[in-house]
Amino acid sequence: MEARVLSPCGVIGSGFPESSFVRGLSMKPHVIACDGGSTDNGPAFLGAGKPNFSRSATKRDLKLMLQGRDSLSVPMIVGSCGTGGGDAGLEWARDICLEIAREEGLSFNLALVHGEQDKAYLKKRYKEGRIQALDPAPPLDEDIIENSTHIVGMMGDEPIAKALDEGADVVLTGRASDTSVFACHPVRMGADRGLAWHAAKILECGAACAVHRARPDGCFAWIRDDHFVVEPLNPQMYCTPQSVASHTLYENTDPYRITEPAGVLDTTRSAYSAESERAVRVAGSEFHTAERYSIKLEGAELVGYQSVIIGGVRDPMILKQLDSWLDGIREGFETRVQEIFPDRESPPAYQLTIRVFGRDAVMGTLEPESGRIPHEVGVLFEVTAEDQVSANTMAATLAHFALHYPVPEWGGLISTLAFPFTPAELEKGPVYRFNLNHVVYPDDPYEMFPTETMEVAN
Amino acid sequence: MAALGELAKLIRSKNAGPFNLTFDVMFDEEETYRRVVESNVLTKEVFCRLYNLAEEKVLLVHHDAARAIKISIPRPVFSCDLEDGDCYGGQQFGPLVGLEVPDA
Repeated sequence: MEARVLSPCGVIGSGFPESSFVRGLSMKPHVIACDGGSTDNGPAFLGAGKPNFSRSATKRDLKLMLQGRDSLSVPMIVGSCGTGGGDAGLEWARDICLEIAREEGLSFNLALVHGEQDKAYLKKRYKEGRIQALDPAPPLDEDIIENSTHIVGMMGDEPIAKALDEGADVVLTGRASDTSVFACHPVRMGADRGLAWHAAKILECGAACAVHRARPDGCFAWIRDDHFVVEPLNPQMYCTPQSVASHTLYENTDPYRITEPAGVLDTTRSAYSAESERAVRVAGSEFHTAERYSIKLEGAELVGYQSVIIGGVRDPMILKQLDSWLDGIREGFETRVQEIFPDRESPPAYQLTIRVFGRDAVMGTLEPESGRIPHEVGVLFEVTAEDQVSANTMAATLAHFALHYPVPEWGGLISTLAFPFTPAELEKGPVYRFNLNHVVYPDDPYEMFPTETMEVAN
Repeated sequence: MAALGELAKLIRSKNAGPFNLTFDVMFDEEETYRRVVESNVLTKEVFCRLYNLAEEKVLLVHHDAARAIKISIPRPVFSCDLEDGDCYGGQQFGPLVGLEVPDA
Protein backbone atom coordinates (compact mmCIF):
# COMPACT_ATOMS: atom_id res chain seq x y z
CA MET A 1 0.00 0.00 0.00
CA GLU A 2 0.97 3.61 -0.37
CA ALA A 3 -0.87 6.59 1.12
CA ARG A 4 0.37 9.99 -0.01
CA VAL A 5 -0.29 13.08 2.10
CA LEU A 6 0.26 16.72 1.20
CA SER A 7 0.75 19.22 4.03
CA PRO A 8 0.93 22.73 2.53
CA CYS A 9 2.10 24.45 5.74
CA GLY A 10 2.19 24.19 9.54
CA VAL A 11 -0.90 26.31 10.11
CA ILE A 12 -3.46 27.73 7.74
CA GLY A 13 -3.02 31.47 7.32
CA SER A 14 0.74 31.39 7.83
CA GLY A 15 1.21 31.16 4.06
CA PHE A 16 3.26 28.94 1.77
CA PRO A 17 4.87 29.43 -1.65
CA GLU A 18 2.45 28.53 -4.44
CA SER A 19 5.31 26.81 -6.30
CA SER A 20 5.82 24.39 -3.36
CA PHE A 21 2.13 23.58 -3.27
CA VAL A 22 1.98 22.99 -7.04
CA ARG A 23 4.94 20.64 -6.71
CA GLY A 24 3.06 18.81 -3.94
CA LEU A 25 0.02 18.42 -6.20
CA SER A 26 2.23 16.94 -8.94
CA MET A 27 3.16 14.12 -6.53
CA LYS A 28 -0.50 12.99 -6.57
CA PRO A 29 -1.54 13.13 -2.92
CA HIS A 30 -4.51 11.06 -1.72
CA VAL A 31 -5.38 13.86 0.70
CA ILE A 32 -4.49 17.51 1.39
CA ALA A 33 -4.54 18.37 5.07
CA CYS A 34 -3.65 21.31 7.25
CA ASP A 35 -3.88 22.35 10.87
CA GLY A 36 -5.67 25.58 11.73
CA GLY A 37 -5.08 26.14 15.41
CA SER A 38 -3.12 25.80 18.58
CA THR A 39 -3.07 26.71 22.27
CA ASP A 40 0.41 28.10 21.75
CA ASN A 41 -0.55 31.71 21.31
CA GLY A 42 -2.43 31.71 24.58
CA PRO A 43 -6.00 31.52 25.89
CA ALA A 44 -7.19 34.79 24.32
CA PHE A 45 -8.12 33.10 21.03
CA LEU A 46 -10.19 30.27 22.48
CA GLY A 47 -11.54 32.64 25.16
CA ALA A 48 -12.72 35.33 22.76
CA GLY A 49 -13.46 32.99 19.82
CA LYS A 50 -11.21 35.08 17.59
CA PRO A 51 -8.70 33.73 15.06
CA ASN A 52 -4.98 34.44 15.28
CA PHE A 53 -4.45 34.88 11.55
CA SER A 54 -6.23 37.44 9.38
CA ARG A 55 -9.19 36.57 7.20
CA SER A 56 -7.39 37.62 4.02
CA ALA A 57 -4.26 35.55 4.73
CA THR A 58 -6.42 32.55 5.59
CA LYS A 59 -8.52 32.99 2.47
CA ARG A 60 -5.43 33.05 0.27
CA ASP A 61 -4.23 29.70 1.68
CA LEU A 62 -7.68 28.09 1.61
CA LYS A 63 -8.27 29.18 -1.99
CA LEU A 64 -5.12 27.44 -3.24
CA MET A 65 -6.02 24.32 -1.26
CA LEU A 66 -9.63 24.20 -2.47
CA GLN A 67 -8.55 24.68 -6.09
CA GLY A 68 -5.80 22.05 -5.72
CA ARG A 69 -8.23 19.60 -4.16
CA ASP A 70 -10.69 20.20 -6.95
CA SER A 71 -8.06 19.60 -9.66
CA LEU A 72 -7.20 16.16 -8.22
CA SER A 73 -10.65 15.25 -6.79
CA VAL A 74 -9.12 14.29 -3.45
CA PRO A 75 -10.37 15.09 0.06
CA MET A 76 -9.16 18.14 1.94
CA ILE A 77 -9.14 18.43 5.73
CA VAL A 78 -8.54 21.52 7.85
CA GLY A 79 -8.34 20.95 11.61
CA SER A 80 -8.81 23.28 14.61
CA CYS A 81 -10.38 26.03 12.51
CA GLY A 82 -10.06 29.60 13.71
CA THR A 83 -7.17 28.94 16.14
CA GLY A 84 -9.20 27.90 19.21
CA GLY A 85 -11.33 25.38 17.35
CA GLY A 86 -14.62 26.51 18.89
CA ASP A 87 -17.86 27.01 16.95
CA ALA A 88 -17.03 30.64 16.12
CA GLY A 89 -13.77 29.57 14.44
CA LEU A 90 -15.46 26.78 12.54
CA GLU A 91 -18.16 29.12 11.22
CA TRP A 92 -15.52 31.68 10.27
CA ALA A 93 -13.59 29.10 8.21
CA ARG A 94 -16.84 27.77 6.68
CA ASP A 95 -17.84 31.25 5.51
CA ILE A 96 -14.44 31.81 3.91
CA CYS A 97 -14.68 28.47 2.08
CA LEU A 98 -18.21 29.25 0.85
CA GLU A 99 -17.07 32.65 -0.39
CA ILE A 100 -14.14 31.09 -2.28
CA ALA A 101 -16.44 28.44 -3.78
CA ARG A 102 -18.80 31.15 -5.03
CA GLU A 103 -16.02 33.28 -6.46
CA GLU A 104 -14.16 30.40 -8.10
CA GLY A 105 -17.17 28.32 -9.14
CA LEU A 106 -16.21 25.30 -7.02
CA SER A 107 -18.59 22.54 -5.93
CA PHE A 108 -18.02 20.02 -3.15
CA ASN A 109 -19.63 18.19 -0.27
CA LEU A 110 -18.70 20.05 2.89
CA ALA A 111 -18.66 18.56 6.40
CA LEU A 112 -18.26 20.59 9.57
CA VAL A 113 -17.19 18.54 12.58
CA HIS A 114 -17.80 20.56 15.74
CA GLY A 115 -15.31 20.52 18.62
CA GLU A 116 -17.00 22.98 20.99
CA GLN A 117 -18.40 21.21 24.03
CA ASP A 118 -21.81 21.39 25.61
CA LYS A 119 -21.50 22.40 29.27
CA ALA A 120 -24.41 20.19 30.38
CA TYR A 121 -22.71 17.18 28.77
CA LEU A 122 -19.43 17.94 30.52
CA LYS A 123 -21.10 18.43 33.90
CA LYS A 124 -22.81 15.07 33.48
CA ARG A 125 -19.51 13.36 32.69
CA TYR A 126 -17.88 15.19 35.62
CA LYS A 127 -20.53 13.89 38.03
CA GLU A 128 -20.01 10.39 36.66
CA GLY A 129 -16.30 10.66 37.46
CA ARG A 130 -15.45 10.43 33.78
CA ILE A 131 -13.37 13.60 33.66
CA GLN A 132 -9.86 13.13 34.94
CA ALA A 133 -7.08 15.66 35.61
CA LEU A 134 -3.78 15.42 33.78
CA ASP A 135 -0.62 16.49 35.58
CA PRO A 136 -0.36 19.40 36.26
CA ALA A 137 -3.95 20.64 36.09
CA PRO A 138 -5.93 23.55 37.52
CA PRO A 139 -8.75 22.59 39.92
CA LEU A 140 -12.09 21.58 38.39
CA ASP A 141 -15.69 21.67 39.53
CA GLU A 142 -19.08 22.28 37.93
CA ASP A 143 -18.83 26.05 38.42
CA ILE A 144 -15.55 26.12 36.51
CA ILE A 145 -17.22 24.34 33.61
CA GLU A 146 -20.15 26.75 33.78
CA ASN A 147 -17.96 29.88 33.97
CA SER A 148 -15.73 28.96 31.04
CA THR A 149 -16.25 31.16 28.01
CA HIS A 150 -15.50 28.24 25.67
CA ILE A 151 -14.49 24.59 26.10
CA VAL A 152 -13.36 22.41 23.22
CA GLY A 153 -12.55 18.73 22.98
CA MET A 154 -9.57 17.63 20.92
CA MET A 155 -11.05 15.12 18.47
CA GLY A 156 -9.30 12.03 17.17
CA ASP A 157 -9.27 10.81 13.58
CA GLU A 158 -12.55 8.86 13.88
CA PRO A 159 -15.13 11.67 13.49
CA ILE A 160 -13.16 13.03 10.52
CA ALA A 161 -12.96 9.56 8.93
CA LYS A 162 -16.71 9.19 9.41
CA ALA A 163 -17.33 12.44 7.55
CA LEU A 164 -15.15 11.20 4.68
CA ASP A 165 -16.92 7.81 4.72
CA GLU A 166 -20.22 9.65 4.35
CA GLY A 167 -19.01 11.40 1.21
CA ALA A 168 -17.42 14.67 2.32
CA ASP A 169 -14.86 16.20 -0.04
CA VAL A 170 -13.90 19.02 2.30
CA VAL A 171 -13.87 18.54 6.07
CA LEU A 172 -13.48 21.52 8.37
CA THR A 173 -13.14 20.63 12.02
CA GLY A 174 -13.28 22.29 15.40
CA ARG A 175 -10.45 21.48 17.77
CA ALA A 176 -8.69 18.33 16.61
CA SER A 177 -5.41 16.77 17.62
CA ASP A 178 -2.93 18.22 15.11
CA THR A 179 -1.96 14.72 14.04
CA SER A 180 -5.54 13.38 13.58
CA VAL A 181 -6.02 15.57 10.55
CA PHE A 182 -3.07 13.91 8.79
CA ALA A 183 -3.35 10.34 10.14
CA CYS A 184 -7.06 10.07 9.37
CA HIS A 185 -7.06 9.30 5.64
CA PRO A 186 -3.98 7.01 5.58
CA VAL A 187 -5.49 4.97 8.47
CA ARG A 188 -8.74 4.78 6.47
CA MET A 189 -6.75 3.47 3.52
CA GLY A 190 -5.34 0.71 5.72
CA ALA A 191 -1.95 2.16 6.66
CA ASP A 192 -0.10 0.85 9.70
CA ARG A 193 -1.16 3.05 12.61
CA GLY A 194 2.34 3.50 14.06
CA LEU A 195 3.65 4.75 10.72
CA ALA A 196 0.57 6.84 9.92
CA TRP A 197 0.59 8.64 13.29
CA HIS A 198 4.34 9.21 13.24
CA ALA A 199 4.16 10.59 9.68
CA ALA A 200 1.26 12.77 10.86
CA LYS A 201 3.33 14.12 13.74
CA ILE A 202 5.95 15.24 11.22
CA LEU A 203 3.48 16.56 8.63
CA GLU A 204 1.53 18.67 11.09
CA CYS A 205 4.22 21.34 11.23
CA GLY A 206 4.68 21.61 7.46
CA ALA A 207 8.34 22.10 6.60
CA ALA A 208 9.46 22.39 10.24
CA CYS A 209 11.18 18.99 9.88
CA ALA A 210 13.60 20.44 7.29
CA VAL A 211 17.13 21.43 8.31
CA HIS A 212 16.60 25.14 7.61
CA ARG A 213 13.03 26.27 7.32
CA ALA A 214 13.54 29.69 5.80
CA ARG A 215 9.81 30.51 5.76
CA PRO A 216 6.49 28.69 6.33
CA ASP A 217 6.32 25.95 3.72
CA GLY A 218 5.04 22.42 3.16
CA CYS A 219 5.95 18.78 3.36
CA PHE A 220 4.94 15.51 1.64
CA ALA A 221 4.77 11.94 2.98
CA TRP A 222 4.52 8.52 1.38
CA ILE A 223 3.23 5.98 3.92
CA ARG A 224 3.93 2.38 2.83
CA ASP A 225 3.67 -1.12 4.32
CA ASP A 226 6.74 -1.05 6.55
CA HIS A 227 8.07 2.52 6.41
CA PHE A 228 7.24 6.07 5.42
CA VAL A 229 9.22 8.74 3.59
CA VAL A 230 9.03 12.50 4.17
CA GLU A 231 10.33 15.28 1.95
CA PRO A 232 9.95 19.06 2.08
CA LEU A 233 7.99 20.48 -0.88
CA ASN A 234 10.41 23.31 -1.52
CA PRO A 235 13.39 22.04 -3.58
CA GLN A 236 15.62 24.52 -1.71
CA MET A 237 14.95 22.69 1.57
CA TYR A 238 16.07 19.26 2.71
CA CYS A 239 15.55 16.81 5.59
CA THR A 240 18.19 14.70 7.29
CA PRO A 241 17.59 11.69 9.57
CA GLN A 242 18.55 13.95 12.48
CA SER A 243 16.21 16.78 11.49
CA VAL A 244 13.28 14.37 11.18
CA ALA A 245 14.13 12.58 14.44
CA SER A 246 14.39 15.98 16.15
CA HIS A 247 10.89 16.87 15.15
CA THR A 248 9.34 14.55 17.76
CA LEU A 249 11.04 16.74 20.38
CA TYR A 250 9.17 19.86 19.36
CA GLU A 251 6.51 20.94 21.85
CA ASN A 252 6.34 17.49 23.44
CA THR A 253 7.25 16.60 26.99
CA ASP A 254 8.25 13.04 26.07
CA PRO A 255 9.68 12.60 22.55
CA TYR A 256 9.17 8.84 22.58
CA ARG A 257 5.55 8.66 23.69
CA ILE A 258 2.94 10.95 22.16
CA THR A 259 -0.60 10.51 23.46
CA GLU A 260 -3.58 10.52 21.10
CA PRO A 261 -7.24 9.83 21.92
CA ALA A 262 -7.04 6.14 20.94
CA GLY A 263 -3.60 5.38 22.29
CA VAL A 264 0.07 6.28 22.27
CA LEU A 265 2.46 6.78 19.36
CA ASP A 266 5.71 5.13 20.47
CA THR A 267 8.85 6.19 18.60
CA THR A 268 11.32 4.34 20.85
CA ARG A 269 12.15 1.87 18.07
CA SER A 270 11.92 4.31 15.16
CA ALA A 271 14.84 4.15 12.76
CA TYR A 272 15.68 7.12 10.56
CA SER A 273 17.73 6.85 7.36
CA ALA A 274 18.40 8.98 4.29
CA GLU A 275 16.14 8.07 1.36
CA SER A 276 17.74 10.70 -0.90
CA GLU A 277 19.60 13.96 -0.45
CA ARG A 278 16.34 15.62 0.59
CA ALA A 279 14.07 12.83 1.84
CA VAL A 280 14.15 10.66 4.97
CA ARG A 281 12.83 7.14 5.52
CA VAL A 282 11.36 6.18 8.91
CA ALA A 283 10.54 2.65 10.07
CA GLY A 284 9.71 0.88 13.32
CA SER A 285 7.24 3.36 14.85
CA GLU A 286 4.45 1.75 16.87
CA PHE A 287 0.97 2.64 18.03
CA HIS A 288 -0.27 1.15 21.31
CA THR A 289 -4.03 1.23 21.74
CA ALA A 290 -5.08 2.64 25.12
CA GLU A 291 -7.36 0.71 27.47
CA ARG A 292 -9.76 3.64 27.51
CA TYR A 293 -10.46 6.09 24.74
CA SER A 294 -9.95 9.66 26.03
CA ILE A 295 -10.54 13.16 24.73
CA LYS A 296 -8.46 16.04 25.98
CA LEU A 297 -10.29 19.22 26.93
CA GLU A 298 -9.17 22.80 26.52
CA GLY A 299 -11.03 25.60 28.22
CA ALA A 300 -10.67 29.33 28.72
CA GLU A 301 -12.27 31.67 31.23
CA LEU A 302 -12.38 35.43 31.53
CA VAL A 303 -10.05 36.71 34.27
CA GLY A 304 -10.96 40.39 33.96
CA TYR A 305 -10.03 43.54 32.09
CA GLN A 306 -6.61 45.10 32.11
CA SER A 307 -4.94 48.44 31.87
CA VAL A 308 -1.12 48.50 31.93
CA ILE A 309 1.72 50.97 32.54
CA ILE A 310 5.29 50.67 31.27
CA GLY A 311 8.03 52.67 32.98
CA GLY A 312 11.83 52.57 33.21
CA VAL A 313 13.94 53.04 36.34
CA ARG A 314 17.57 54.25 36.10
CA ASP A 315 18.04 55.76 39.60
CA PRO A 316 20.62 53.65 41.52
CA MET A 317 18.98 54.61 44.83
CA ILE A 318 15.69 53.01 43.75
CA LEU A 319 17.38 50.05 42.05
CA LYS A 320 19.21 49.01 45.21
CA GLN A 321 15.88 48.80 47.09
CA LEU A 322 13.63 47.96 44.17
CA ASP A 323 11.53 45.30 45.89
CA SER A 324 10.78 47.34 48.98
CA TRP A 325 10.02 50.38 46.80
CA LEU A 326 7.58 48.34 44.72
CA ASP A 327 6.04 46.80 47.86
CA GLY A 328 5.53 50.34 49.15
CA ILE A 329 3.74 51.30 45.93
CA ARG A 330 1.58 48.20 46.13
CA GLU A 331 0.55 48.89 49.74
CA GLY A 332 0.17 52.65 49.33
CA PHE A 333 -1.96 52.16 46.23
CA GLU A 334 -4.36 49.92 48.15
CA THR A 335 -5.18 52.88 50.38
CA ARG A 336 -5.25 55.36 47.48
CA VAL A 337 -7.77 53.20 45.59
CA GLN A 338 -10.28 53.69 48.43
CA GLU A 339 -10.41 57.39 47.58
CA ILE A 340 -11.02 57.29 43.84
CA PHE A 341 -14.43 55.62 43.80
CA PRO A 342 -16.43 57.98 46.04
CA ASP A 343 -19.74 56.89 44.51
CA ARG A 344 -19.22 53.26 45.46
CA GLU A 345 -19.52 51.70 48.89
CA SER A 346 -16.24 49.84 48.39
CA PRO A 347 -13.72 50.07 45.56
CA PRO A 348 -13.87 47.41 42.83
CA ALA A 349 -11.76 44.31 43.38
CA TYR A 350 -8.49 44.42 41.48
CA GLN A 351 -5.22 42.59 41.13
CA LEU A 352 -1.91 44.40 40.61
CA THR A 353 0.84 42.43 38.85
CA ILE A 354 4.29 44.03 38.70
CA ARG A 355 7.02 42.67 36.41
CA VAL A 356 10.61 43.85 36.48
CA PHE A 357 12.23 43.53 33.04
CA GLY A 358 16.00 43.40 33.27
CA ARG A 359 15.78 41.21 36.34
CA ASP A 360 13.24 38.35 36.44
CA ALA A 361 10.23 39.35 34.32
CA VAL A 362 10.93 36.59 31.81
CA MET A 363 11.71 33.63 34.07
CA GLY A 364 10.08 34.51 37.40
CA THR A 365 10.85 31.87 40.02
CA LEU A 366 13.01 29.92 37.54
CA GLU A 367 15.53 32.81 37.22
CA PRO A 368 18.89 31.93 38.83
CA GLU A 369 20.23 35.52 38.60
CA SER A 370 17.34 37.43 40.14
CA GLY A 371 19.56 38.76 42.97
CA ARG A 372 21.75 40.90 40.70
CA ILE A 373 21.14 44.66 40.62
CA PRO A 374 20.98 45.86 36.99
CA HIS A 375 21.83 49.43 35.92
CA GLU A 376 18.29 49.96 34.66
CA VAL A 377 15.04 48.02 34.64
CA GLY A 378 11.72 48.23 32.89
CA VAL A 379 8.71 47.94 35.16
CA LEU A 380 5.38 46.74 33.84
CA PHE A 381 2.38 47.40 36.08
CA GLU A 382 -0.79 45.52 35.19
CA VAL A 383 -4.08 46.39 36.83
CA THR A 384 -6.72 43.68 36.35
CA ALA A 385 -10.28 44.48 37.39
CA GLU A 386 -13.75 43.14 36.71
CA ASP A 387 -14.56 45.82 34.14
CA GLN A 388 -12.53 47.99 31.79
CA VAL A 389 -13.58 51.35 33.21
CA SER A 390 -12.40 50.38 36.70
CA ALA A 391 -9.10 49.07 35.34
CA ASN A 392 -8.51 52.30 33.39
CA THR A 393 -9.46 54.47 36.38
CA MET A 394 -7.08 52.64 38.68
CA ALA A 395 -4.21 52.55 36.19
CA ALA A 396 -4.38 56.31 35.64
CA THR A 397 -4.13 56.88 39.38
CA LEU A 398 -1.40 54.27 39.79
CA ALA A 399 0.77 55.88 37.10
CA HIS A 400 0.77 59.18 39.00
CA PHE A 401 1.08 57.52 42.42
CA ALA A 402 4.11 55.41 41.40
CA LEU A 403 5.76 58.27 39.48
CA HIS A 404 6.26 60.25 42.69
CA TYR A 405 6.59 57.42 45.21
CA PRO A 406 9.53 58.38 47.46
CA VAL A 407 12.69 56.63 48.66
CA PRO A 408 14.22 57.65 52.02
CA GLU A 409 17.60 58.71 50.52
CA TRP A 410 16.20 61.61 48.51
CA GLY A 411 14.69 64.72 50.17
CA GLY A 412 12.04 66.47 48.03
CA LEU A 413 9.69 65.45 45.24
CA ILE A 414 11.09 62.88 42.82
CA SER A 415 9.93 61.50 39.46
CA THR A 416 10.82 57.86 39.52
CA LEU A 417 9.60 56.33 36.29
CA ALA A 418 10.63 57.02 32.70
CA PHE A 419 7.39 56.66 30.76
CA PRO A 420 7.82 56.07 27.02
CA PHE A 421 4.19 57.02 26.32
CA THR A 422 1.59 59.58 27.18
CA PRO A 423 -0.87 58.84 28.60
CA ALA A 424 1.26 56.42 30.59
CA GLU A 425 -1.49 53.83 30.89
CA LEU A 426 -2.60 51.57 28.02
CA GLU A 427 -5.98 49.86 27.79
CA LYS A 428 -5.26 46.18 27.28
CA GLY A 429 -8.81 44.77 27.14
CA PRO A 430 -10.14 41.40 28.35
CA VAL A 431 -7.74 38.79 29.76
CA TYR A 432 -8.35 35.05 29.70
CA ARG A 433 -6.75 32.02 31.29
CA PHE A 434 -6.62 28.34 30.40
CA ASN A 435 -8.66 26.54 33.03
CA LEU A 436 -8.60 22.88 31.96
CA ASN A 437 -5.94 20.24 31.50
CA HIS A 438 -8.26 17.26 31.73
CA VAL A 439 -9.49 14.30 29.72
CA VAL A 440 -13.01 12.95 29.26
CA TYR A 441 -13.78 9.27 28.81
CA PRO A 442 -16.68 9.30 26.32
CA ASP A 443 -18.80 6.29 25.31
CA ASP A 444 -17.37 6.46 21.80
CA PRO A 445 -15.13 8.70 19.66
CA TYR A 446 -18.12 10.46 18.07
CA GLU A 447 -20.49 11.62 20.84
CA MET A 448 -18.59 14.85 21.55
CA PHE A 449 -18.22 15.88 17.91
CA PRO A 450 -21.50 16.42 16.03
CA THR A 451 -21.18 16.80 12.26
CA GLU A 452 -23.19 18.87 9.80
CA THR A 453 -22.95 18.41 6.09
CA MET A 454 -23.87 20.64 3.19
CA GLU A 455 -23.72 20.40 -0.54
CA VAL A 456 -21.88 23.36 -2.01
CA ALA A 457 -22.94 23.79 -5.64
CA ASN A 458 -21.78 26.61 -7.89
CA MET B 1 36.49 24.43 28.21
CA ALA B 2 33.69 25.62 25.98
CA ALA B 3 30.25 27.03 26.68
CA LEU B 4 27.30 24.74 25.94
CA GLY B 5 25.94 27.45 23.65
CA GLU B 6 29.07 27.25 21.48
CA LEU B 7 28.90 23.48 21.17
CA ALA B 8 25.18 23.07 20.54
CA LYS B 9 23.52 23.60 17.18
CA LEU B 10 20.44 24.83 18.99
CA ILE B 11 19.33 25.38 22.56
CA ARG B 12 15.65 26.22 22.86
CA SER B 13 12.70 26.17 25.21
CA LYS B 14 9.02 26.00 24.33
CA ASN B 15 5.61 25.22 25.77
CA ALA B 16 4.60 21.60 25.52
CA GLY B 17 0.96 22.61 25.85
CA PRO B 18 0.00 25.43 28.25
CA PHE B 19 0.96 23.47 31.37
CA ASN B 20 4.45 22.17 30.65
CA LEU B 21 7.77 23.56 29.46
CA THR B 22 10.34 21.67 27.45
CA PHE B 23 14.02 22.36 26.73
CA ASP B 24 15.94 20.94 23.76
CA VAL B 25 19.74 21.00 23.51
CA MET B 26 20.69 19.71 20.05
CA PHE B 27 24.04 18.93 18.44
CA ASP B 28 25.26 18.58 14.87
CA GLU B 29 28.12 16.19 15.54
CA GLU B 30 27.81 12.81 17.22
CA GLU B 31 31.16 13.39 18.92
CA THR B 32 30.09 16.69 20.48
CA TYR B 33 26.79 15.19 21.61
CA ARG B 34 28.64 12.30 23.30
CA ARG B 35 31.17 14.66 24.85
CA VAL B 36 28.44 16.76 26.45
CA VAL B 37 26.41 13.76 27.63
CA GLU B 38 29.47 12.11 29.15
CA SER B 39 30.68 15.31 30.80
CA ASN B 40 27.56 15.32 33.03
CA VAL B 41 27.44 19.09 32.62
CA LEU B 42 23.70 18.91 31.99
CA THR B 43 22.01 16.43 34.31
CA LYS B 44 18.75 16.50 36.24
CA GLU B 45 20.67 17.60 39.30
CA VAL B 46 22.39 20.51 37.53
CA PHE B 47 19.12 21.59 35.93
CA CYS B 48 17.28 21.54 39.25
CA ARG B 49 19.98 23.57 40.96
CA LEU B 50 19.95 26.13 38.15
CA TYR B 51 16.15 26.43 37.95
CA ASN B 52 15.42 25.92 41.63
CA LEU B 53 13.25 22.83 41.13
CA ALA B 54 12.67 19.47 42.83
CA GLU B 55 14.15 16.54 40.85
CA GLU B 56 10.95 14.50 40.77
CA LYS B 57 9.38 17.22 38.62
CA VAL B 58 11.97 16.86 35.87
CA LEU B 59 12.04 14.48 32.91
CA LEU B 60 15.43 14.26 31.16
CA VAL B 61 15.90 12.21 28.00
CA HIS B 62 18.95 11.55 25.84
CA HIS B 63 17.59 11.23 22.28
CA ASP B 64 20.42 9.64 20.32
CA ALA B 65 18.75 9.77 16.87
CA ALA B 66 18.18 13.50 17.25
CA ARG B 67 21.53 13.96 19.05
CA ALA B 68 19.65 15.91 21.68
CA ILE B 69 19.27 16.26 25.41
CA LYS B 70 15.65 16.99 26.25
CA ILE B 71 14.29 18.22 29.57
CA SER B 72 10.62 18.73 30.44
CA ILE B 73 9.11 20.32 33.54
CA PRO B 74 5.66 21.40 34.69
CA ARG B 75 5.28 25.17 34.30
CA PRO B 76 5.63 27.02 37.64
CA VAL B 77 2.90 29.34 36.29
CA PHE B 78 0.53 28.16 33.55
CA SER B 79 0.93 29.80 30.14
CA CYS B 80 -0.52 33.35 30.07
CA ASP B 81 -1.82 33.30 33.64
CA LEU B 82 -1.51 36.72 35.26
CA GLU B 83 1.92 35.97 36.73
CA ASP B 84 3.33 34.32 33.60
CA GLY B 85 5.88 36.34 31.65
CA ASP B 86 6.50 34.04 28.69
CA CYS B 87 3.37 32.83 26.87
CA TYR B 88 5.23 30.62 24.39
CA GLY B 89 7.88 29.58 26.91
CA GLY B 90 10.51 30.45 24.30
CA GLN B 91 12.94 32.38 26.54
CA GLN B 92 13.45 30.00 29.45
CA PHE B 93 16.67 28.37 28.24
CA GLY B 94 19.04 31.31 28.87
CA PRO B 95 20.77 29.87 31.97
CA LEU B 96 21.84 26.78 29.98
CA VAL B 97 23.78 28.68 27.31
CA GLY B 98 26.77 29.52 29.50
CA LEU B 99 27.27 26.09 31.13
CA GLU B 100 30.97 25.21 30.87
CA VAL B 101 31.80 21.90 29.18
CA PRO B 102 35.30 20.55 29.91
CA ASP B 103 37.50 19.44 27.00
CA ALA B 104 37.08 15.78 26.08
